[in-house]
Amino acid sequence: MASRGIKDRVAIIGMGCTKFGEHWDKGPEDLLVEAAYEAYESAGVTPDDVDAYWLGTMGSGISGLTLSEPLKIQFKPVSRVENMCATGSEALRQAAYAVASGAFDMAMAIGVEKLKDSGYSGLVGNVPPNDGTEGSMTAPASFSLLAPAYFKKYGLDPDKGKDVLTRIAWKNHKNGAKNSKAQFQKEVSLEAIKNSPKIADPLGIMDCSGVSDGSAAAIVVRAEDAHKYCKNPIYLKALSFVAGPAEGPLSQEYDFTTFREVVASATDAYKQAGITNPREQLSMAEVHDCFTPTELVLMEDLGFSKRGTAWQDVMDGYFDLDGKLPVNPDGGLKSFGHPIGASGLRMMYEMWLQLRGEAGPRQIKNPKLGLTHNLGGAPGRCVSFVSVVGREVG
Amino acid sequence: MADWDFNPLMAGIVSYGSYVPYRRLKRAAIGQVLGVAAGKGERSVASFDEDSVSMAVEATRDALRGAKPADTQVLFFATTTPPYGEKLNAATLGAATLLPTEIRAADCTGSVRAGLSAMLQASDAVKAGAKQAVVAMADCRLAAPEGKAEQSNGDAAAAFVFGNDNVIAEIEATASMTREILDTWRAPGERFGHSWEERFTLTQSHGPILAQVIKTVLEKVKVAPGDLAKIVIDTPNPRAIDEIARALKLDPSKFADSFAPTVGQTGAAHIGLMLTGILPSAKPGDRILVVSVADGADAMVLKITPAVASFKPTRSVGQQIESKGDVSYGNYLKWREILPTEPPRRPDPDRPAGPPMLRSERWKYGFIGSKCKKCGTPQLPPQLVCVKCQARDMEPYSFADRTARIATYAIDRLAYSLNPPTINVVIDFEGGGRFLGEMTDCEPEKVAIGDEVEMTFRRLFTAGGVHNYFWKARPKR
Repeated sequence: MASRGIKDRVAIIGMGCTKFGEHWDKGPEDLLVEAAYEAYESAGVTPDDVDAYWLGTMGSGISGLTLSEPLKIQFKPVSRVENMCATGSEALRQAAYAVASGAFDMAMAIGVEKLKDSGYSGLVGNVPPNDGTEGSMTAPASFSLLAPAYFKKYGLDPDKGKDVLTRIAWKNHKNGAKNSKAQFQKEVSLEAIKNSPKIADPLGIMDCSGVSDGSAAAIVVRAEDAHKYCKNPIYLKALSFVAGPAEGPLSQEYDFTTFREVVASATDAYKQAGITNPREQLSMAEVHDCFTPTELVLMEDLGFSKRGTAWQDVMDGYFDLDGKLPVNPDGGLKSFGHPIGASGLRMMYEMWLQLRGEAGPRQIKNPKLGLTHNLGGAPGRCVSFVSVVGREVG
Repeated sequence: MADWDFNPLMAGIVSYGSYVPYRRLKRAAIGQVLGVAAGKGERSVASFDEDSVSMAVEATRDALRGAKPADTQVLFFATTTPPYGEKLNAATLGAATLLPTEIRAADCTGSVRAGLSAMLQASDAVKAGAKQAVVAMADCRLAAPEGKAEQSNGDAAAAFVFGNDNVIAEIEATASMTREILDTWRAPGERFGHSWEERFTLTQSHGPILAQVIKTVLEKVKVAPGDLAKIVIDTPNPRAIDEIARALKLDPSKFADSFAPTVGQTGAAHIGLMLTGILPSAKPGDRILVVSVADGADAMVLKITPAVASFKPTRSVGQQIESKGDVSYGNYLKWREILPTEPPRRPDPDRPAGPPMLRSERWKYGFIGSKCKKCGTPQLPPQLVCVKCQARDMEPYSFADRTARIATYAIDRLAYSLNPPTINVVIDFEGGGRFLGEMTDCEPEKVAIGDEVEMTFRRLFTAGGVHNYFWKARPKR
């Protein structure tokens, strides 16, 4: 038994990503076709070249037909996958393993979500018939459980804690302001973030990621074929996905200051990629900042900060765009927006741009290795994905 | 007049409990908003997540602490506000209090006299050989804004266990009377009740009926009014009590507290609430007259036995009256859906489904989780595989009566609720086990890690005509 990974065996040769935001004039089919064609063109391939597809969406369609119908895919395998908010990353993992296995030469992973058609605030789950005991916590409330627990454990007074959370949102908006595809391309003052209307105390509306529509796609081939299509592909060093036993709501041992699933997937991914000191070895990271306390805790779970010190690194600007380890250089879920099924691939899209030197005003200097982290569920009851990607083999 | 005493067995009350909800509405607050004359004091208000069944569960849980639930063979639930018009409300009560399923159960309704009528039925059942009978009574009556009843009503519950062993109050005699009189009425589908004018009901109904049943029941036990230790009379018109006291020379100092300034008149529960209010101070040999008037009357004379000395209710009525928090008149109107509000931009909750509810009956209604037989870790909801050691060997484990402490919490201002924000808590039970659920009867700004909580049975919401009952945490009362 082992998780061996497929380090450097698969490369991304093309990507596409729509602008994220309120696309009142576009349905999921419009977004899918736009992202897919941008990816085909980016890789210089035609729909005929792609042998198989993995479509990630949480609720904007069912089955492979959601993709094959608008794209008019000519009788090829299309699998629809779902793994909550980590759906897009799951699609990429499936596509990458498919080409690594040799079953296909070229595959596309594509994710989409159309959230703004529901008329509701926030996310709406699709729950099977049940006994009515499960409760109906909203996503911001679920993640807000982290804040009082973290503050108490590390002796942060709630005002100071709120400042830390505020700075995370501020940083991500600052980065998003440099991104023409982001939902919110505007810097927001610390004061405006801190005083935004409360959603789930201490979280205000400005501590929450953007509810948006969007799609992103990646085309993968085996590494040895990459240069047939692309001068500067990026290489998958690690793909790790874990589902936890959902112990958070059950076990007194879980203290709501960590995601054990993230620790497990990061440990696995670092082993696959041969990373021993992520804080020093990684050039950048895109992480699942669905709510500000999530990003705070992730800094520790991913090994970027020691336990109980992430808040200091946040305040010191360690994760700023010009800091030692930029986190969410594209604005993250907070500013780029969070169309569920697309988000994991959007994170990878930033790696694609940064590693190829195409990130424009937010370009990080000479990045070599990047990490994406994508989470689905809630603290203590989630699935977690971690990838490591690089611009070179080895 | 009905009149029978057919069994020599010593049957009577062996245990009792009461429930006064946490919220109070100051009568002055109604006056301020509506510009009507306000009465003194305050009334109790069932919270947005309570109804007659959930309140009855609380009182019955208390009463059953003084008895063996498994001995129960009969269950009556008395109310004029049954949450279901068709579907046995007593069945929900039985499931939530973990009574055996092999019981006779009925809802008793139609008038506020149902509380005492159900007690007499339970007493008869025990005299006829039933090992144990449980009576719960609860009401949550709505009254139209600006009316007297809106101010004078209250919400509460009481419960009594009847049996033959360790009887603390024996029923010595009863008298009943039933009259067709247009006094107070409410047709199905009507939210608010109506009453005929007070002078008519006082002179033609409450006054003469009270006089007659009291005379009859006292004659049966050959007790003079002066020999009564306590008198418990519930009538919709308190002036009838003054008149009867004068007419029958009853000592006003012996009348039980009617809780008018602190709780209000609590419908079918009221006779029970008043009785549970005085029982803690009753002495062996005391005789207590109990009368409930509505569409006639029921009366009984209780004789207190020496066993009363060793019985103490878990929570007295007085303690519960002191444990309270205000509700604004605006929130009261919203909770009762008298004042329509803009719905949130969130989907309505789904109706809970029949088959999963049946499968999880012991969990949903009884709050029974599981405990790992291998490593001993308690866990809830009940698990198939142990969260700690992954063994596949679990046994049932009850959490309803255990206290817990808050591990962390969330104040959800986005979720659908009649009383936003929804307070979610992660609580760790004494002895093990963790639960993530809602917290009620508290103010969001007062929630803190480490606070002690206890479990309470509530109605989470109603969807598609189905009341979704489940458990919540509340600050320890």
